[in-house]
Amino acid sequence: MTRLMASLSLAVAALFVLSLLVGPASIAPLDSLAGLFGGGDGPVAMVMREIRLPRAILAAMIGASLGLAGAAMQGYLRNPLAEPGLIGVSGSAALGAVIAIQTGLSASFALGLPLMALAGALGGVLLVLALAGPRGGSLVLILAGIAISAMAGALTQLVLNLSQNPFAVNEIVFWMMGSLADRSMTHLWLALPFTLLGWVLLASLGRGLDALTLGEDAAEAMGIHLSRLRLVLILGTACVVGAGTAVAGAIGFVGLVVPHLLRPWVGAQPSRLLWASALGGAAMLLAADLAVRLVLPERDLKLGVLTALVGAPLFLHLIYKTRREMP
Amino acid sequence: MTLLSLRDLSVTLRGRPVFSGVTLNIGAGEMVGLIGPNGAGKTTLMRAALGLLDHDGQSSLAALDPRARAQAVAWMPQAREIAWPVTVEALVTLGRTPHRARRLTEADHHAVDRAIDWMGLSHMRQRTATRLSGGEQARVLIARALAQDTPLVMADEPIAGLDPAHQIATMETFAGLARSGRSVLVSLHDLGLAARHCSRLILLGQGQVMADGTPAKVLTPEMVAQAFGITAYQAETDQGRIFQPLEVLE
Repeated sequence: MTRLMASLSLAVAALFVLSLLVGPASIAPLDSLAGLFGGGDGPVAMVMREIRLPRAILAAMIGASLGLAGAAMQGYLRNPLAEPGLIGVSGSAALGAVIAIQTGLSASFALGLPLMALAGALGGVLLVLALAGPRGGSLVLILAGIAISAMAGALTQLVLNLSQNPFAVNEIVFWMMGSLADRSMTHLWLALPFTLLGWVLLASLGRGLDALTLGEDAAEAMGIHLSRLRLVLILGTACVVGAGTAVAGAIGFVGLVVPHLLRPWVGAQPSRLLWASALGGAAMLLAADLAVRLVLPERDLKLGVLTALVGAPLFLHLIYKTRREMP
Repeated sequence: MTLLSLRDLSVTLRGRPVFSGVTLNIGAGEMVGLIGPNGAGKTTLMRAALGLLDHDGQSSLAALDPRARAQAVAWMPQAREIAWPVTVEALVTLGRTPHRARRLTEADHHAVDRAIDWMGLSHMRQRTATRLSGGEQARVLIARALAQDTPLVMADEPIAGLDPAHQIATMETFAGLARSGRSVLVSLHDLGLAARHCSRLILLGQGQVMADGTPAKVLTPEMVAQAFGITAYQAETDQGRIFQPLEVLE
């Protein structure tokens, strides 16, 4: 257990440093670290502090968010197929961003896109809470999430459908693939408070999720407030997923694959999986963001495309390995 | 000492009354069997008594706040749910949830060890609970409830689907709990086991408690015919009470 934590932490740290050292501007490793930590405001320091540092931090932060939210969602629904996007918040955040691009808000105001995405996420979470908040069980939450995702997806398509502006359509399509390229410290400061709040909320769920291993009835009889747990789960997931989608677009499969991958290593206990998945998600997204810069540096490969491209076969492999134990 | 007290408890689901006016007390050291035909509301009665279901009337357990209630009663639902492939030990330790501080204390470990020993699971502590047989899983889940270390244990059909040896062993475990001063309320369909192992039976049917008392008092031929629509052979032998259902009444 502690060894797993240590090796995951080490992997995150190593990938983080590596992420700082790779980029289109070829800077020698030592120079880049000197630029980051030493004073001065030359071009090297500029690249390091304003481009690479926020990119690396955002990758680690959003990866951790997706891993944590995925583990919490799977633990609550007791279903290894659950993922953070399930409650419809990422879909509605994407809709907000798409509207910002289409209306030109994102072009006229730098933070227009992420702010609209956050507004979209808020709308989605309010709707999910109205449908599945204080009452209604896990099934209602899933159904409400599916309905909201479908609605947001349809409205996104409608924007694309009716758009008269080919540049906006182009931009929307690429934005929806998810990316961490050209993000600034401002993006980080915008996403950080929501993310931290979401982490605190999700991290508090450990014991309740453990008790849910025995089913909702038994967990409730052991003193777990199920409605409060569901509320905290929805709000925590909405915070981290809304903030992540707002700055990086839709990044799939991390929240699904990482908890699945790490579950055997923590004895399948949901509370221990929360932390492991957070670290694993950070490592995975840092690695994926490194890969998009190394594999096709001049073609701007999108992060969300790569995570799905790597994640899906990985998931197939896991299913192949465990299918004998599945009912 | 009263461990559960119901006063005029009624439950109505979707406009249909399931039962009404249920009043009963369970004291210390009792092994109580809750019997009744399908649909009589045995599960509903237990869930309402726990406060997991909307109800009218009073239940001493439902009135407690959730954490205090979890220290007063352990509940085993009928569905034997084990969602993740955790070890037997980890699963039994979940029974300590209502007692735990941040870390497991000496008392927690002691209660878990005792529950595992009691159910004879020591040799499978580190095995994965989801890979065990149905009978073994049932025993692990009983150990979980015992680890909760409550004065009252409520179990919904804990012996359904077990082979005779495990059924008898489970009933004897519960009877042993009762002898040690704790109390058990179990719903049962097997009237033979109920007559043999329970110190008291509560017969639920026709929307009310039809009878409440010792097995001999509750399982009269008239009552058995009225509640279950069957005839039965009964005898008090030197090997205990024998109850064998015979025929369905027309």
